[in-house]
Amino acid sequence: MTMRRLFPIFGLLTAVLLSYALYEALVAAPTEQTMGNVQRIFYYHVPSAWTAFLLFFINFVCSIQYLVRSNPVADKVTNWTVIAIAIAACVAAFVIHPLPQGMEPSSVATTGLAIAGLYFLIKKYFSRERVDALAVVSAEVGVVFCTVVLVTGPLWARPVWGIWWTWDVRLTSTLVLWLIYISYLMLRRFSTSGQTPVLAAALAVFGALDVPLVYFSIWIFRTQHPQPVIGGGGSIDPRMLQVLLINWLAFLCFAGLVCWSRYRLEILRRELEETQALEALLEPRSPR
Amino acid sequence: MSKTSAIPSGVTGATLAKDLRLEWRSKDAINSMLFFSLLVVVVFSFSFDPNAEESRQIAGGLVWVAFLFAAVVALNQTWARELRNQVLDAYRVSPAPANSLFLAKALGNFIFVAVLEILMTPLFIMFYKLRALGPAWQLLPIAALGTWALVVNGTFFAAMSLRTRSREIMLPLLLFPISIPALLAMVNATTAILTGELSAKFWIVLLSTYNVVFTIVCLLLFELVLNAE
Amino acid sequence: MNFLYAAYAATWIIHIVYLGTLVRRYQRLSKEIAELKK
Repeated sequence: MTMRRLFPIFGLLTAVLLSYALYEALVAAPTEQTMGNVQRIFYYHVPSAWTAFLLFFINFVCSIQYLVRSNPVADKVTNWTVIAIAIAACVAAFVIHPLPQGMEPSSVATTGLAIAGLYFLIKKYFSRERVDALAVVSAEVGVVFCTVVLVTGPLWARPVWGIWWTWDVRLTSTLVLWLIYISYLMLRRFSTSGQTPVLAAALAVFGALDVPLVYFSIWIFRTQHPQPVIGGGGSIDPRMLQVLLINWLAFLCFAGLVCWSRYRLEILRRELEETQALEALLEPRSPR
Repeated sequence: MSKTSAIPSGVTGATLAKDLRLEWRSKDAINSMLFFSLLVVVVFSFSFDPNAEESRQIAGGLVWVAFLFAAVVALNQTWARELRNQVLDAYRVSPAPANSLFLAKALGNFIFVAVLEILMTPLFIMFYKLRALGPAWQLLPIAALGTWALVVNGTFFAAMSLRTRSREIMLPLLLFPISIPALLAMVNATTAILTGELSAKFWIVLLSTYNVVFTIVCLLLFELVLNAE
Repeated sequence: MNFLYAAYAATWIIHIVYLGTLVRRYQRLSKEIAELKK
């Protein structure tokens, strides 16, 4: 009811935000010194990556919840584990000196709290079946955004570094993540089991364990064979950071809209399937 | 005492012995896999015909890709016999822990793939005139760890693929992405030993970590997969 | 420079194609629901 009315309003807001962000990215943002205008791809590439990772993380949370919520003991253990992670993040943020490069104490603590917050929010507002629907949605939309990352990445790398692709840490990890989630979606599509959500959730857990290993293994590989570092660290011009954040906000809203639509579609599809199944049961057998 | 502690080795051992015995008697799977492995080696040798210097650089990758194909063929038939005779249903209702079945299958696959590797290796050495410039003995733990990495996940995903359309293609689709860090480690470790240029130590540690993590996860989650109907 | 426009265009093409599939799936679903209601 109110949801249905909110959607077009939110849609309009997102469209405005996206247009504004596009203007900022193409026109208002300062031109980069060494790379020139091509660097502006950054304003689409990075927000898409962050959005994709967020969506995949949501899928991971949903998969865990789907697996543990059937068992009250496992459920409680997981709850406490999540709380423990949040506390550990807050403690580590202020106790560990010095933090690895690029990490601020406040951001580490916030991330830990955000992870816990996300976990319990999802738990509160989604029943176990709906959590599975959310898992499908976040996986699909995550793959879409990840595809954008993998397409815009080489388009940025080619004019700037002269190569379409390199096996550096971030590119390879992103590629593997994309492959894992494509296999996740294929499992969902081709599975004939009644327990597909369980199998898919197990696969998501495998994937979540695998990606850090990929990251670490490529990191080692790179230190043994120095390779071009794509988008290395270093500080960023505050005006550029602002444009980046605006674009991220715009894409987050857009992702939210797409997920919302896909979620409604998924719920509708499931209701239809249930109704069809019931009909098949109740229908009297037609004479052949 | 608890049933789970007393039974596992018994059930695992019994299932493994049964599989090996059945396979030895019929030899259908092992024969086709043997021939397939031979074909793979020959085809690869036609396609990549390098001199001794270059071959040391690429042989690591080639050998493991060939082993990967052979492993997939072996893994695809892991559960075929169980499916044919409705054995899985019997397992579901039996008190035997699901882990034992998984472990037995994984060990059986490990033995099959290891046999294939042992048979394929001399051919590779011959065709590519391979000679290890580094510590050759390290190739054994690398081979063992690498094979287990492929087999443990492969057995799990083979069970997952049972209730899917296009079962045979679903297994590699699921297995390859997850195996990428292990493959990277296997290939780089082998190349490091063959060329003698770098130390394979890091890669062996990575492979061991990978194996520990995924063996635990497979054992934890297999019961869910077995009961998925 | 062309790469910049190509990247931005590619991004939106990918998103629009995906939204297109959603619309098509929704239409098919609505049709099936209408059939069921009959």
